[in-house]
Amino acid sequence: MIVAQQKPINDIAQMINDCKKVLFVGCAGCVTVCLAGGEKETEVMASAMRIKRTLENNPLEAITYTCTRQCDPEYIASLDNVVKDVDAIVSLACGVGVQYLAERFKDKWVVPALDTKFIGGSTVHGVWEEKCGLCGECILHRTGGICPIIRCSKSILNGPCGGSQYGKCEVNKDIDCAWQLIYDRMKALGKLDKLMEIQPPKDWSKSRDGGPRKAIREDVMIDE
Amino acid sequence: MSNLSKLQQVLDSGQFAVTAEIGPPKHSSPEGIRHHAEMMRDYVDATNITDNQTAIVRMSSIAAGAHVLGCGIEPIVQMTCRDRNRIAMQSDLLGAYSLGMRNVLCLSGDHQKFGNHPMAKNVYDIDSMQLIDNLRRMRDEKMFFSGDAIKESEPQFFIGAVANPFADPFEFRVDRLEKKVNAGAQFIQTQCIFDMERFERFMEMVRERGIDQRVHILAGVTPMKSWKAASYMQNNVSGMIVPNELVERLKNAEDPKREGLDICIEQIKYIKENVKGVHGVHIMAIAWEEVVPEIVEKSGLYPRPKVG
Amino acid sequence: MPEFEPKIVAFCCRYCAYTAADLAGSMRLQYSPNIRVVEMPCSGTIEHGVILNAFEKGADGVYIAGCNLGDCHFLKGNVRAIKRVAAVKKVLDEIGLGGDRLEFFHVPASEGTKFAKVANDMTERIRQLGPSPLNKSAAGNAKKEGGQTA
Ligand code: SF4
Ligand code: SF4
Repeated sequence: MIVAQQKPINDIAQMINDCKKVLFVGCAGCVTVCLAGGEKETEVMASAMRIKRTLENNPLEAITYTCTRQCDPEYIASLDNVVKDVDAIVSLACGVGVQYLAERFKDKWVVPALDTKFIGGSTVHGVWEEKCGLCGECILHRTGGICPIIRCSKSILNGPCGGSQYGKCEVNKDIDCAWQLIYDRMKALGKLDKLMEIQPPKDWSKSRDGGPRKAIREDVMIDE
Repeated sequence: MSNLSKLQQVLDSGQFAVTAEIGPPKHSSPEGIRHHAEMMRDYVDATNITDNQTAIVRMSSIAAGAHVLGCGIEPIVQMTCRDRNRIAMQSDLLGAYSLGMRNVLCLSGDHQKFGNHPMAKNVYDIDSMQLIDNLRRMRDEKMFFSGDAIKESEPQFFIGAVANPFADPFEFRVDRLEKKVNAGAQFIQTQCIFDMERFERFMEMVRERGIDQRVHILAGVTPMKSWKAASYMQNNVSGMIVPNELVERLKNAEDPKREGLDICIEQIKYIKENVKGVHGVHIMAIAWEEVVPEIVEKSGLYPRPKVG
Repeated sequence: MPEFEPKIVAFCCRYCAYTAADLAGSMRLQYSPNIRVVEMPCSGTIEHGVILNAFEKGADGVYIAGCNLGDCHFLKGNVRAIKRVAAVKKVLDEIGLGGDRLEFFHVPASEGTKFAKVANDMTERIRQLGPSPLNKSAAGNAKKEGGQTA
């Protein structure tokens, strides 16, 4: 899932300081799972913002709506009527949702309430960790199912670097060295010889470095 | 200008090589590096020029290398993978070669978190292994990293790499060294050795696999000024092992600087006499360059052989 | 000036604080009449939104009362409530209402006196802090009464 975290409430307040009526839009997708922008968080944020503005003698009319997904035009279409008289839209989705709202509601001031952090999963309730760097050409079959692109602080493909010690990354003692993990796993699988192959440089054009990416599946496209 | 690296000639002729290190300044004056270069000139075969070491902004290693070269010492240009993508690396290395630099040391580079720009974006487009491999292809197959042909004057670098016997997983350190040699590394400089026993175990594995026959290994040593410096390295530098006895010895010394030098000289002598497969030493007198001549002399490595 | 009478919402766990309230009643203990008790199946069922809602509706203070650590009927409900209260206190500080208006208390079922003491203490604390700017009736009262004294 996409993992996001709320921005400081005062930063968001600043973005909508001069607005009288604001729509807070939650998303029932990833940000609900990572407890950053689901229905509950959206209500809490709207409520906090109303209280803040009342205290500042600048009352705010805050309304809320939570979409099934903000990253899908058909789900934000349902906002068409709701947005009519609002001065701003605060999106509690990842950056994708914010942009879809901004694209659809061209005359509205659309602002992000979250910082979109990474894609990953949760280890225990309340803790999320980054697992994939969206490199565009997965190489997990060569690294024992552990991603060196994002989990190694230097994205080394022929690791570990000389800073790996006691299983930890040189960057921080709280970070496992991805290459120690890869080594351990390949060893357990009896595939250490694979690590002796020199992994060639990555083709970053398949990643963001090729420009914004698109994925197209002709076979599932619906004819107009 | 000779095409051959002096360092390579010393090593290939089977002589025990000596390299040192000059850290470029955090400003734009070459005075300091020139001074250090002149001081070391007759005592070492080549000096490393560090590349924004510990991710602190310093004069470019190639520019500093040009100053050093001007003083009559052969530079070993360090190139980390942290700050340049493959385009910038190749371009800089073509430039370095055009200026007469013949040795390159390929490394990953310390993470920018440790430097004075922790907010910087790092590059790591390619890693040190791939850099070694592609530099070799540039020279031997006249090819850019992309596979495009280099039509003329391909750079013929003497390719170096680093090895850290003190990092983990220990067993894999020899494998990774071998991998670097397979990629094309011709000389290896090790991380500072303080834990001699571990280094000897490492070298034993190296010899068992005959890697010392395929590459020149230079043992890294560092003289320490004080027990505090030693204890800092012990606790704060990832991938270092500093035995307690060493810290204690410095702590109990009347003149810790003297003691630090003596320890370093003892280490060099020990390695030269006892550790087979080591072809030279690399003296990293960090911010203490002026002691290099004395260390070389007292270790019995002076005068340096004349080559080229 | 007449003393301000705070409106305080007390979310009380059925297994401890709420029972303690009953006990306080049957012990005929006097405790602050400013407290509005809301019975909860467990203090751990409290949610950030519910607390903020109480403040938005004009509460001058809010507290959650749960069991002693280790005594929660649902094992860890009170621990969770404590963490949530801390998070909402932070929000209240950030938006300027002040985290002091919110608290968590441990009130075991057998301690009617503790229930009364917590109610009185919180009332006193909120009285010191003054009315919440969102408490329309308190503000209205103060103005009207202020007019009288003038
Ligand atoms: S290799 Fe690429 S696609 Fe696969 S997990 Fe890593 S970043 Fe993601
Ligand atoms: S210590 Fe491990 S995870 Fe950290 S940069 Fe080096 S190889 Fe990567």
